[in-house]
Amino acid sequence: MDTPHQPLEDLQHIKKMMERSSRFISLSGLSGIAAGICALAGAWFASQKIHCWVNGDCQLSLLITSNGFQLINDLFWIATITFIAAFVSAFIFTYLRSKKNGTPMWGTTTVRLFWNMVIPITVGGIFLIRMMQMGEYQLVAPGCLIFYGLALVNASKYTLGEVRYLGYGQIVLGLFNLWWIGYGLQFWAMGFGILHIVYGAMMWWKYERK
Amino acid sequence: MKNPIENLNKIFDSRIRLGIMSALMVNDAVSFNELKELLDITDGNLASHLKTLEDSEFIKFQKGFIGRKTNTTYSITKNGEKEFKLHLDALTKMIGSVK
Repeated sequence: MDTPHQPLEDLQHIKKMMERSSRFISLSGLSGIAAGICALAGAWFASQKIHCWVNGDCQLSLLITSNGFQLINDLFWIATITFIAAFVSAFIFTYLRSKKNGTPMWGTTTVRLFWNMVIPITVGGIFLIRMMQMGEYQLVAPGCLIFYGLALVNASKYTLGEVRYLGYGQIVLGLFNLWWIGYGLQFWAMGFGILHIVYGAMMWWKYERK
Repeated sequence: MKNPIENLNKIFDSRIRLGIMSALMVNDAVSFNELKELLDITDGNLASHLKTLEDSEFIKFQKGFIGRKTNTTYSITKNGEKEFKLHLDALTKMIGSVK
């Protein structure tokens, strides 16, 4: 039976119930690590592709006649595949964790987190695609980092609060990248790769280590 | 000095009722099934605790439909919010007085 008047336990219970009912807490650290590895793999493929074109091993004539569109096209597909792989692998680890903890994966908290993440990312994505259509490629990498960072800071209110710091990290990298144009791929790999892995490992250490 | 225990509300003695109130404090509306998952209790048990809170007019419910299934959502009343805050204050003061 309930024992009355244990103020500290009662307050802890209240805090836990408030958090569990309003935040999506199943997010696994392993998801961050997996997404980071996908991003590093994607960045590696992209750099191989760029080297190959620049060194002229990949039909330089085609690069010249297509005005660089072939390379852009290849990079676009690498980015898309990387994003899908990162999303799917992140989803799997979070799904496994929610199953293990018996917390529902799909509820009000998930929907809220989803929309707060999707809105800034979609707006950012459309903005960057339009920029590329207008022939502006230099700001794409910092743009990705900045919009993603803002999305994370926004979403941190609806999931584990530490996500906020991952967001700050992405924003800072994105802002630095604005003045280090030409190192987009390196910054991109740092943000989406290294930061995700570091964040994921810290979260796993804090919450999931047995 | 007034004893903070006087401000503790008997209705919030139960951990389950405390949990229901906590969830309703931070969400506009929570469905019966979400509360059930959150607190991990049976339908009957949850219904009886909700009834107690309803009778004291701390919470109100709204019946709706998802497809053909009824979907009852609960939300907190002004009075419930006030009483819960008083209870929280009393708990905090009790901890303060122990130290």
